[in-house]
Amino acid sequence: MTASLLEPFQYGFLRHGLAVAVLAGALCGLIGVYVVLKNMSYIGHGLSHAIFGGAAASAVLSFNFFLGAGMWGVMSALLIGRVTRRRIIGSDAAIGVITTASFALGLALFGLFGVARKSVDALLFGSILGVSLGDVWLVAAVTAGAALVVFLRYRVLLFTTFDPEVAAVSGVDTARVDALLMTVLALSLLVTMRVLGVVLVAAALVIPAVVARMLTNSFSRMLWLSTGIGAVCGFTGMYLSYFLDISSGATIVLVGAALFTVVFAVTGSTGRRRASGLDDHVHISVIS
Amino acid sequence: MTTAASLPLVSIEGVTCAYDRRAVLRDIDLVVQRTDFVGVVGPSGSGKTTLLRAILGTVRPVRGRVVTGAGLTCGYVPQVGSVDWNFPVTVSEAVLMARKGGLLPWASSDEKRDVAGVLDRLGIGDLGRRHIRELSGGQQQRVFIARALVRRPQLLLLDEPTSGVDVRTRHDVLHLLAELNFDGLAVVLTTHDLNGIAAHLPQLVCLNGEIVGSGAPSDVLTPDVLERTYGAPMDVLDHGGMPIVVDRAPGADILPFRRPAG
Repeated sequence: MTASLLEPFQYGFLRHGLAVAVLAGALCGLIGVYVVLKNMSYIGHGLSHAIFGGAAASAVLSFNFFLGAGMWGVMSALLIGRVTRRRIIGSDAAIGVITTASFALGLALFGLFGVARKSVDALLFGSILGVSLGDVWLVAAVTAGAALVVFLRYRVLLFTTFDPEVAAVSGVDTARVDALLMTVLALSLLVTMRVLGVVLVAAALVIPAVVARMLTNSFSRMLWLSTGIGAVCGFTGMYLSYFLDISSGATIVLVGAALFTVVFAVTGSTGRRRASGLDDHVHISVIS
Repeated sequence: MTTAASLPLVSIEGVTCAYDRRAVLRDIDLVVQRTDFVGVVGPSGSGKTTLLRAILGTVRPVRGRVVTGAGLTCGYVPQVGSVDWNFPVTVSEAVLMARKGGLLPWASSDEKRDVAGVLDRLGIGDLGRRHIRELSGGQQQRVFIARALVRRPQLLLLDEPTSGVDVRTRHDVLHLLAELNFDGLAVVLTTHDLNGIAAHLPQLVCLNGEIVGSGAPSDVLTPDVLERTYGAPMDVLDHGGMPIVVDRAPGADILPFRRPAG
């Protein structure tokens, strides 16, 4: 029995996969707090699709995946941030156009250049096959970088997330803070995409943060809880994916969804009240 | 000789502000001195919030200029409707975020002392660990005044600080602001409440895209100025020396409610 439970740890690729899943879960949990509280869930979802286009272009041009998709992702993130901030056109519409066009371009490029269906599926739904030690270090580096950004810019990130108008009046360069957050988000999506998949990575951003919100009223505790929940879901999901023989992204998200259901039931009306306001973050300003 | 203390905090000189080429403020001239307590009144869409934003520098005039005193620090209290009350912050966290802080995310002992001092001064010192949604309307308003004060401003700007609060809370907030002004803080607030707030302030500005009148309430709250400000006829009654504004629109008399027969 014990030997059976420890079986996944015998394989190097799975050990790497577990390490990446834990780090990716923690990273998504950490950044997800800002994504959820800034009501940016749709941006996270769209951005992962946009990065898919960059990944396809990199594959077709035999360019380094992380460099190509990363540059594409950061540019898309900054463009989305600019559109959202300046309200050049309706942000929902703009993000829909930018991200789905990029996603469609990726599918078209993969189709035109005959990339194996399996590779496309791995990118869409997540896979641990091919996760190398280098990938582990890369995800670890981005996780450490994101944690450092949150640590060093904690107060301005909190102020900009909670009340961007007053933050700007109080001397915070909110445009720069938003750009920083979007860049960290793009890099996080990029390095976690291979394990979690384009389609499911948004759920990994949102679920830990929502569960954490149901458990606490404190911002700092929410950060810790969401990071921890993401890591636990990453480990459990990846571990189960080995036995169930289904994609790692799907199992990680399903574990998160199961945890959400349990916490939703256990916290009762308190948890529901806390989570119910998570879509009320539109800062209505009456300009007269 | 002109000293720094005698210079105005803010001089608004011929300012016009516009959104999408539609002028919201036109040719505004206004001076805010260090000891002023000014109320800005006017109908919805009259440019009250834009005036505050022009002072804060978040709205740029298309004509004219806003001159602020060297090193002026403003505290800003937005409309309560713009606050996300479900956001996971405690009272202390909400106040502390306005302090610039160092590289570490947690508060230094000086910052903790400052926050505690401001909360104590506003009478909410025992609420630091409470979530902002668990407070009454008056306490919530005090939290955001505390957040503005923790930056040690010389000028406090408040956008409709008493909208949606009960009479007692309105009274408390007004007295708190009067105390702060007495202690040397200049205050500019916008309000829709002519009788509950505006009539009690030392100085009023009536705004309707342009300044219709400014001065003491007894000089400004007149039928002529009010009609030009609001576009509706109003009467002003005297209540122990205090002006009371009442509606005089033809056919707009408020009759006692009567239950339909049967």
